[in-house]
Amino acid sequence: MNAAAVIGEALVLIGTFFYFLSALGLIRMPDVYNRMQTSTKSATLGSLGVVVGTGIWAIGTSYGSWSWLVKTVTIATFLLLTNPISAHALIRAAYKKGIPLWHGSVVDKYREHLKQEGGEE
Amino acid sequence: MGEASRVSRYLYTVIVLFIIWLFLTASIDPQELGFGLLLSLIVATFAYEIFTTGGLANLHPKKIIYAAAYIPYFLWAMIMANLDVAYRVLHPKRPIRPGIVHCKTVLNTDAGKLALANSITLTPGTITLDVDDEDYFIHWIWVPDEVLHAETEDEHVKNASSSITMPFEKFLKVIFG
Repeated sequence: MNAAAVIGEALVLIGTFFYFLSALGLIRMPDVYNRMQTSTKSATLGSLGVVVGTGIWAIGTSYGSWSWLVKTVTIATFLLLTNPISAHALIRAAYKKGIPLWHGSVVDKYREHLKQEGGEE
Repeated sequence: MGEASRVSRYLYTVIVLFIIWLFLTASIDPQELGFGLLLSLIVATFAYEIFTTGGLANLHPKKIIYAAAYIPYFLWAMIMANLDVAYRVLHPKRPIRPGIVHCKTVLNTDAGKLALANSITLTPGTITLDVDDEDYFIHWIWVPDEVLHAETEDEHVKNASSSITMPFEKFLKVIFG
């Protein structure tokens, strides 16, 4: 047990906590758009915490080395680069399919924009 | 941004590929470095045409410094937004006021717009729904008062942009132009 292992374990714990929050958010949120909001959270702080935490944790163990951290940071970077694209594709597909916003939604500028474009053509 | 020369674009691709190799192998063994360089040279021959248009100009020191400063800045913004959404999820009354707002960006390049859209999506609470030239349509989990009660469209765009896109733009403007 040493400092690197403690920090790593704490990061993994924090990441797991955010995974839990996003799962909770999936249940509590009213419509697909707000559910996407909470699920992006698990991809960012959750995955980042668990993945990078594993790398730091490994430094503190007998079999681990610094290369673990470098590789996990690389994994986290590619995760951060690719995740938002799928989130964007999903939410755009949901909107184009016509899934309505939650009745409590206050503003929808995208519909106005689409109407305006349709009117000009 | 005009297209850089072929040599410059090729070299830039080689450098980026080699850096990725360095991170993936995490080793400074001469044998691995040599093989990585060889592979980078080969892969870059096929890939440089679609990989970059800016070439070595992308490695301008000012851009690198801004990119290095952007990472901690972005991580901090992300953590803060994460805590904000965590609060909304855990609060018994579920205090959300979602809506799709309209932002405008000052970025000109496609790479810059992609980076901005990705940054917005990665920040919890905001998701980019669509990008149309300079117009961004963003689903926001809590639309603040000054955006919601804006009298005109311009005011709405200005207020929304100042809270969502502006913080990232000052960095991305330098990095991507």
